[in-house]
Amino acid sequence: MPRAVEWIKAALLEVQEYVRMLAKTGRGVVTRPFYYRDVVFQFDAIGVGSLTVVLLTGTFTGMVLALQSGITLDQFGARSMVGRLVSASIVKELGPVLTGLMVAGRVGSGIAAELGSMMVTDQIAALRALGTDPIRKLVVPRILAGLIMVPVLTIISSAVGMVGGWIVTFGVLRVASSVYWNSVVQGLYIQDVWMGLIKPFFLGFAIVSIGCHVGLRTKGGTQGVGRATTNAVVASSVAVIAVDYFVTQLLITLMY
Amino acid sequence: MARSLPIARPPLLDEALGPGGPIVVFDQVHLSFDDKVILRDVSFTLRTGHTKIFLGASGAGKSTILRLILGLLKPDAGQIFVNGEQVDNMSEDDLMGVRHDLGMVFQEGALFDSLSVRENVGYKLFEELNWKPAEANQRVEEVLGFIGLAEFIDRRPSELSGGQRRRVAIARAMAAKPRILLYDEPTTGLDPITSITVDDEILKLRDLEGVSSILVTHQLRDAFYVAEHTANRNGGEVTFERASPEKSDEAEFIMLRDGGIAFEGNAGELRAVAARDPYIQAFLS
Repeated sequence: MPRAVEWIKAALLEVQEYVRMLAKTGRGVVTRPFYYRDVVFQFDAIGVGSLTVVLLTGTFTGMVLALQSGITLDQFGARSMVGRLVSASIVKELGPVLTGLMVAGRVGSGIAAELGSMMVTDQIAALRALGTDPIRKLVVPRILAGLIMVPVLTIISSAVGMVGGWIVTFGVLRVASSVYWNSVVQGLYIQDVWMGLIKPFFLGFAIVSIGCHVGLRTKGGTQGVGRATTNAVVASSVAVIAVDYFVTQLLITLMY
Repeated sequence: MARSLPIARPPLLDEALGPGGPIVVFDQVHLSFDDKVILRDVSFTLRTGHTKIFLGASGAGKSTILRLILGLLKPDAGQIFVNGEQVDNMSEDDLMGVRHDLGMVFQEGALFDSLSVRENVGYKLFEELNWKPAEANQRVEEVLGFIGLAEFIDRRPSELSGGQRRRVAIARAMAAKPRILLYDEPTTGLDPITSITVDDEILKLRDLEGVSSILVTHQLRDAFYVAEHTANRNGGEVTFERASPEKSDEAEFIMLRDGGIAFEGNAGELRAVAARDPYIQAFLS
């Protein structure tokens, strides 16, 4: 029984610290000092740095989706409808979620490892001693970059996903390009596009804020950094899937 | 034109905290983590231009005192005054102002490994005090020249030896000319020759720049060296010699034991007490 109580106390403490970090971040965004150069740097590191992995996953997801739905649709003699399936699933779900998972693996872990090692080597304390608020200097730029760049990456990923779908539909399934692209457009409703654009803001925020929180709570030397990195990837990946569900539920209630 | 340093203080405060004034004051400070008492009713006063040397076993709370001065930790009870301001209940935003007059040399240096030596040393000037790049670079070069590492300005911290990293950390702490410097085990893990060069930097800052210092260490050799030597400038050259008895009285030792102050006094008194107290004797031998 005492162990359960300890566990609950520790969990509540994590939540409290997470919320406090978010509150300080909110204040850091709207008040000075604001570290512009770090913001630009993080936009590059998080956005441009994740481009390759997002392009690759996006393309291959579109390609495999076209292959799989081609087989299923053939049973109904509806191969020409491949485009609808590809566009609807990519824009609404796979684009945001897979981009989110990729960014969680690449960026969430990187942030936790970087902030975690700064923590255990006293660099965070040194920042504070030099008069810099680590939230403003380290967390605010990363969260802004996650908030803006994950949606941008998602748009790119969804776009190349549909191109990947076209490559397979045209090259393997032998469906004419015009039929595919017509079908792609028919499969999409404006609500779907909104959904695909709104969700990644939440996912990007969740991934980066979890990475920062876990990194800044690192203790226990290099072993602690390893643990923090693993925790950040696991927590932000689960968060991507969970947040995706809840935001989808909310948007369906609001828009459809 | 170069900026005026250090940061301006109100004239009355400046007078009160002039030579011999109480620049850092601990009054009955108590701190515990969970059930473990770290500091118990610790009181002391650091006077402007003087040195406090904290000795004690690992975990005796020496580094904690430095973190309390910086406001990185808050005490459970008691009052702490730095530069005339009470820091024990100050908000993080207000503490940033107090920290502008404090320099801290962390154990192992804590240099930012993503930045070059130049960016590390000039961090506060570039990022917080918003100096013009030309002025800041000039100051960085001046400070690195002072500690004799001018040729390493464009290296990364990972390319430096342990002793060089420690000296860069001192350079970073002094770049904005703080009135108070805090050293956390600056010589631990260094060979005796390199330790003396680090100690000499501490002497130069104290005796030539008038910086008040707090030194936390368990390297007795370095503690006594800093207490009993002085730096002088003869023409362009800096020399180190044995301090007069009055000068070495300005360096006070404080030995911490189980969270409390076990001894407070000058080097001579410490040696005298060691003859009677087995714990201090064990520590000194």
